[in-house]
Amino acid sequence: MAVNPAIERVTDLEEVPRRSRGQAAVADFCRRRPLGAIAAAAILLMVAVALAAPLIAPYDPVAVNFGAMLDAPSAAHWLGTDSFGRDVLSRLIHGSRTALLVGFGSSILSATLGALLGVASAYFGGRVDLYLQRVMDIFLSFPLIILALALVTILGNALPNLITAIMIPMIPRCALVIRSSALSIREMPYVDAARAAGFGHGRIILRHMLPNVMAPYLIMVTAFLGQAILLEASLSFLGLGVQEPIPAWGLMLRGAAVEFAEAAPWMAIFPGLAISLAVFAFNLFGDSLRDALDPRLRTQ
Amino acid sequence: MQAIISSTLAAVVAIGLLLGAQPVGAQEKPRYGGELLFVVPSQPPSYDAHQEETFGVIHPMAAHYSTLLRVDPFEKTGTKPIGDLAESWTISKDGLTYTFKLRKSVKFHDGAQMTSKDVKASYDKIIFPPAGLKSSRKATYGSVEAVEAVDPYTVRFRLKWPESSFLLNLSSPWNWIYRAETLEKDIRWYEKNVNGTGPFTFVEHVKGSHWVGKKNPDYWDKGKPYLDGYRALFISASAPQVAAIRGERAHIQFRGFSPAERDQLVHALGPKITVQESPWDCVLMVAMHHEKKPFDDKRVRRALTLALDRYEGSKNLSKITIVRDVGGIQVPGTPYATPPEELQKVAGYGKDINKSRAEAKRLLREAGVPEGFSFTFKNRGIPHPYEPIGVWLIDQWRQIGLNVKQEFIEASAYHPMLKRGDFEVAMDFACGFIVEPDLDLGRFVSDSDANYGKHKDKVIDELYLKQGRAVDAEERKKILRQFEKRLLDEEAHIMYTLWWHRIIPHSSKVKGWTITPAHYLNNQLDTVWLAE
Repeated sequence: MAVNPAIERVTDLEEVPRRSRGQAAVADFCRRRPLGAIAAAAILLMVAVALAAPLIAPYDPVAVNFGAMLDAPSAAHWLGTDSFGRDVLSRLIHGSRTALLVGFGSSILSATLGALLGVASAYFGGRVDLYLQRVMDIFLSFPLIILALALVTILGNALPNLITAIMIPMIPRCALVIRSSALSIREMPYVDAARAAGFGHGRIILRHMLPNVMAPYLIMVTAFLGQAILLEASLSFLGLGVQEPIPAWGLMLRGAAVEFAEAAPWMAIFPGLAISLAVFAFNLFGDSLRDALDPRLRTQ
Repeated sequence: MQAIISSTLAAVVAIGLLLGAQPVGAQEKPRYGGELLFVVPSQPPSYDAHQEETFGVIHPMAAHYSTLLRVDPFEKTGTKPIGDLAESWTISKDGLTYTFKLRKSVKFHDGAQMTSKDVKASYDKIIFPPAGLKSSRKATYGSVEAVEAVDPYTVRFRLKWPESSFLLNLSSPWNWIYRAETLEKDIRWYEKNVNGTGPFTFVEHVKGSHWVGKKNPDYWDKGKPYLDGYRALFISASAPQVAAIRGERAHIQFRGFSPAERDQLVHALGPKITVQESPWDCVLMVAMHHEKKPFDDKRVRRALTLALDRYEGSKNLSKITIVRDVGGIQVPGTPYATPPEELQKVAGYGKDINKSRAEAKRLLREAGVPEGFSFTFKNRGIPHPYEPIGVWLIDQWRQIGLNVKQEFIEASAYHPMLKRGDFEVAMDFACGFIVEPDLDLGRFVSDSDANYGKHKDKVIDELYLKQGRAVDAEERKKILRQFEKRLLDEEAHIMYTLWWHRIIPHSSKVKGWTITPAHYLNNQLDTVWLAE
């Protein structure tokens, strides 16, 4: 029996091991987007540092050691110490946990909720879309930091509340982007087919539409990660985020770091660098991912 | 290099301290003229000092008013009463009647003559306010039976019991003398208006920006004030305050700066800056809720105070924040303070920290508190000195096996939280306007509104009353030692951390102003002058 060559090609593709396809995609990404690859490596390094923090930090990040107060960078303390004699490097290493926890927590949650709302809004259309979008407009009229400040003041500054306060202002931003992608998906024949087959709204949204907005979803997650880290640092710097003695980058920049900026500049320089590098890495990776996943930009 | 800078700074500060130790202006001839520019880190909620509790009222406005007595502006402990509107006074042998002769040449800024009626009306407003009118310090005049205007220039206070602190209490910088006729017409008039007998008259107040006063040509103390006027600049954040002094856009800020800010200013301005330092009648305490487990157990409370290495903390924290002295219930160095060697016998004040911590661990074990026991410590959301002290406390408690989480509460929400009792362990704080046990210790009486830990202790209540009525200073000291032992050691109802340390780096042009342990004192500005 003659085999349809088109079907044969599809079968061949499916037989390619998943692992090697993944590796090929990574290799392709690295070749086409070297800056994105460097950013990804930096992010992976950050994640590894955060996971291994207790093993690699040279000192206890919260232990006060007055004997080493405001020590300059040296062999004993590579990045110096703060006004309580705490090792800046150890606090930076442990601080990456706070940054990533808040960053990943708030960006994944906000992008997921935003995607659900965006897809639902596009799918139902009509009044549901109208009302949902007006609510989103209200939230969008506030700058991110202002809304986050207000929320953290109301909710309190425990870590889950901080994640919530950063997450909520980001939801409408994500919903807006996802909705615009979902509007075109709604018109696809397979959605009509699913509706004709009698599937419920929930199934159509979750099984047929959401998977098709994965590309913008992933882009939003990476784009929000940098913003979330910056917001957490800003809130902690303002005294509304993570509280002493928990190590957090923004927190390391406030108080004594400002007062001793001339006498002990390392207290501000290194956390500042860590925040800048992390945000830069996430933004760069997000941009590269967008370029890689957006079919309109794929040939560039 | 850093050592050289540090020693230079230390030398400049030491010179400033030496200068500050002398009655400033006593040796130099005051110069007339000029406008004093000073920073005020807080805002006045209203203009009525009888009702208010913030230095944001005292600093810009005290120069418009006089008080019956005042604290000697050149006396560094801030505990010596002298006459302001009162020319002289007598105390009856039984200590129940105080009679004051008033100055006869005193006029209000609107031209009206000041008489005993005004003093009586002002004190009646403070001690016996009409229903619905707030009087913040009414409770400290519980001994007063009546205030009488004997004749136009004699006023008499009749007491229900003798009170050793009474003269000092009458020197309160809050007790501005208002015009009786004005109070009769509208007892709230002074909430929004100014009319005093002080050395400076009111010019303008631009909310959030500045307050201006100009020289009162009819001030009773002829030859004073020396300044043509003053301008108070409202700046809340500390960095712009430092920038204002550093840029010579302000001469002084009367509340205080941190050690790092002092060093910055000294480093930047050198001889143009003079530093005055003093123990500060402000202290951070730790309140432990007596109705919440395990803090209902005095062994746990004692363990928490035994964990603190106050001496090491004092040595190091004083380099980064506005605390310094280790002390008990009174500002160290003041008349009723416990001498250091005696203080070492109180729990948590011993010099052998290892022994204290071993005892703390034993007490926790005995009380059934497991290793790694966790609780939340609530702290006030103000950087200095709350934040560094909070970090230090948590580290100290960690060393006896406690795992403490810190939660900062925004400053305006903090008092309501304490009053609700919504805490296990929380930072408590007190700032006095005059160092005097009667005024400082009333908060520890069982039914006091400021007894946030909610302890009930009849012994403390009795000792408080007893010390207040003790006329003999030595006898009073003995009672105060018993009070201290009971409060901080035997029952450990509360724990004192470190006393604040007041640091005022000001323009060297400012003369005639002496630092005291209270940032509510010495703001009449009549003795202040500006050098060229």
